Amino acid sequence: MHDKTLAEQAALLASGDLSSSDLVEHYLQRIEQHNEALNAYLAIDADAARQAASAADEQRKTGNAGPLTGVPIAHKDIFCTSSMPTTCGSRMLQNFVSPYEAAVVQNMRTAGMVTLGKANMDEFAMGSSNENSFYGPVANPWQTDRVPGGSSGGSAAIVAARLASAATGTDTGGSIRQPAAFCGITGIKPTYGRVSRYGMIAFASSLDQGGPMAQTAEDCALLLQAMAGHDLRDSTCSPAAVPDFSAELNADLKGLRIGVPQEYFAEGLDDGVAARVNEALAVLEGEGAILKPISLPNQGLCIPAYYIIAPAEASSNLSRFDGVRFGHRCENPQDIDDLYTRSRGEGFGPEVKRRILIGAYALSAGYYDAYYKKAQQVRQLVSDDFSNAFAEVDVIAGPTTPTTAFARGAKSDDPVAMYLNDLFTVSANLSGLPALSAPCGFAEGLPVGLQLCAPANQESRLLNVAHRYQSVTDWHRQIPANFA
Amino acid sequence: MTWETVIGLEIHAQLATRSKIFSAASTDFGAAPNTQASAVDLGLPGVLPVVNREVVRMAVRFALATDASITRRSVFARKNYFYPDLPKGYQISQMAFPIVGEGHINITLPDGQQKGIGLTRAHLEEDAGKSVHDLFEGMTGIDLNRAGTPLLEIVSEPDMRSATEAVAYARYMHSLVRYIDICDGNMQEGSFRCDANVSVRPAGSDTLGTRTEIKNLNSFRFLERAIDFEVERQIDILEDGGKVIQETRLYDADRDETRSMRSKEEANDYRYFPDPDLPPLVIDEAFIDAVRETMPELPVARRTRFIDELDIPAADAQALCADRQIADYFEAVFEGRKFAPKLAANWVLGELFARLNKEDVDLADAPVSATLLGDLIARVDDGTLSGKLGKQVFDALWGGEQDVDAVIEARGLKQITDTGAIEAMIDEVIAANPSQLAEYRAGKEKLLSFFVGAVMKASKGKANPAQLNQMLRDKLKA
Repeated sequence: MHDKTLAEQAALLASGDLSSSDLVEHYLQRIEQHNEALNAYLAIDADAARQAASAADEQRKTGNAGPLTGVPIAHKDIFCTSSMPTTCGSRMLQNFVSPYEAAVVQNMRTAGMVTLGKANMDEFAMGSSNENSFYGPVANPWQTDRVPGGSSGGSAAIVAARLASAATGTDTGGSIRQPAAFCGITGIKPTYGRVSRYGMIAFASSLDQGGPMAQTAEDCALLLQAMAGHDLRDSTCSPAAVPDFSAELNADLKGLRIGVPQEYFAEGLDDGVAARVNEALAVLEGEGAILKPISLPNQGLCIPAYYIIAPAEASSNLSRFDGVRFGHRCENPQDIDDLYTRSRGEGFGPEVKRRILIGAYALSAGYYDAYYKKAQQVRQLVSDDFSNAFAEVDVIAGPTTPTTAFARGAKSDDPVAMYLNDLFTVSANLSGLPALSAPCGFAEGLPVGLQLCAPANQESRLLNVAHRYQSVTDWHRQIPANFA
Repeated sequence: MTWETVIGLEIHAQLATRSKIFSAASTDFGAAPNTQASAVDLGLPGVLPVVNREVVRMAVRFALATDASITRRSVFARKNYFYPDLPKGYQISQMAFPIVGEGHINITLPDGQQKGIGLTRAHLEEDAGKSVHDLFEGMTGIDLNRAGTPLLEIVSEPDMRSATEAVAYARYMHSLVRYIDICDGNMQEGSFRCDANVSVRPAGSDTLGTRTEIKNLNSFRFLERAIDFEVERQIDILEDGGKVIQETRLYDADRDETRSMRSKEEANDYRYFPDPDLPPLVIDEAFIDAVRETMPELPVARRTRFIDELDIPAADAQALCADRQIADYFEAVFEGRKFAPKLAANWVLGELFARLNKEDVDLADAPVSATLLGDLIARVDDGTLSGKLGKQVFDALWGGEQDVDAVIEARGLKQITDTGAIEAMIDEVIAANPSQLAEYRAGKEKLLSFFVGAVMKASKGKANPAQLNQMLRDKLKA
């Protein structure tokens, strides 16, 4: 039953041909069997999952069920849960149990979903390979010596290896889309403000956005429906009406204008990736879409701007991890400075420390204007690029990543090479726009992702294009051989 | 050389909201440690701030009361520093775009002179928690009840020229924030705190000297003494050829001195930047208009009205308007009565105030309501009571009596105005004191008071004094 998409499972649950208890038991067995090879789950609460499944089955009988009732999901370990630890991939929060639940976790539970466990991730969502987790790296199910991407690498590996029907992720600079591309699944970063950040441990507040990761666009539409919505506890959460994301999945693509940024098809883009993406664009053309070359002239400034803004916000957001009230505290602190220095020194890993240092530097007196302020100006330019482009096209398409999944250890000593993996993804975060990655084939046995980006609040359009694409392709149906 | 003192004040007024600036936790003072700290106040992972609308309303009230500009789009910023009682490792404050911009007020100095003081800005921010150093051996306790309590930091221009002026300004602000109901002004509980920026310069100079900032001034007396001490200290340094160091100094009330806390070089780099968790605070005209509707008459306008329309002497009007509760009480005393407001002012500032001071009671807890005092004054005004008898009735009311006429009746305090009765008593007294009568008639007019006293005594204090006086003079003459 794990070869079914979430939507197919939901249909079987609705018709009574499948029980949530059986489905959950099946996944628990698969987790037992496969998680060791992947290290994708950090925590599993089997008893709670079984209970929730049987409650969901009862609810089905009363006729009160929604489309997601009884469907199993894994939550990225950045979302606070009160029944399981929330580590954020860090030693700093080892064994930390939140006294409250994140809005996303509540929303999925309210929709009837069954939580299987918590997904591994790069520490505090900082990374593109999941090698920055204090709890060990996650393996890519397609080739286990490859990285799954990051920071939502655990979530992506779980969905790719069919260890849950779906997973939640968060995306600050590509952390949903890049691992979705590396693992051959579908993931969407909604418009900034579409999903409440309440209870989602902050990395860079102005860029962070939660979203679903699943096999298909159709699955993502169902998940986003439950996840999105105004939340008074998050002042940056949008009061915009939430549309029916599934309503336009099958809309005709005839006449749809797809912009193809020339800057994306330049040096550094892997040939295999370029080939698959071009084939995908041809498929969309075949569906009636019109391809138009466009330019995003400030694309080259995205990475530098992003790696100022995100660390700057992170340096402040992570100040609360000081060893005073919760989280890791060093042994026998001598005084308050010693408490801070050793607790943070021991609790944070090297990449987190690097970004705190970069961020604190960028915000410090005398450097603020040259770095932080300048980066904010670039951010505006990047947004303007998109506004100009969307005056002429409906959707922008290109590769999600410059390469396919790289080997574990290949870039861990070279932060800049690692950061360049976010080349095509950070612009959507800087401009707050929705963007999606869908599998579009393989290069040397590894999945390639097609990225689609739309104007603010037009997730439906992205899901529509991806769904039409998936209606005529079966890349999303491929399961890694070892996890079939 | 003569020196000129230059002072600017930063006042932290705790806004009197029921809940905190960014969370729903209570702001009540004095609860058990950490019982009024929500997940947001504790800075738990994943929590987010949400601005309390009431805080914005109060800041707008302040702006309207100080003739200040209201920033239509103000921005919350993070002030980053580590301290154990600062849960998030940053304080949410406002930096480049404070909610209240430049303003202006007029204060009255002790000698009656008016002085204009400029306000630079006022911004919203959250308070930190408290570190408790003396409860646990070798350890420090953290109480986060106060964390997230809303503050309005009011920054003045360096317009004060003496400690006296600084105190007059601080008192004005203290009165104003209570007047407009945005702060309870309780200095012991830290609801109203002052920091003073002090510098000196040669008289006539138009450049500012190096300033020091004095913290920990939790009473007007300390404010005055700390400034006086600091001015002396700076003048001594300069006259010895030294240089004042820009630094933060702490006032030690026990030693009556200021001492260095940290110099400019040691100051933190707070790495201010706009808080990405909070969109800019946008205030529209409709919101401002709605707040304006609820504004009370301000002290200055009220004082002018008391002087011009109610014929109250300037000094009395000033005293009545220093506190909104007093002014409200005063107006309630004469509302709907026939007697002159001036009479009410005399009673409020005289008998009532004397009693409040003597017994150390707040007006709000006074046993004599404005209505009761009005009843009493009406009986004085219509001649039922003499002023002196009125005071006896006041004593009874203070003791809990609730009906003025019943008190007069029960204690037989009604003034004697019957001329026949008074005449009879006068005749009796004159007859009993023939030698004094002879002396008086021989020209020793001082003896009038002897006769007045004797007749008053005979009437048990109830004879109408004016009548008595007139009739006695006539009788003694004859």
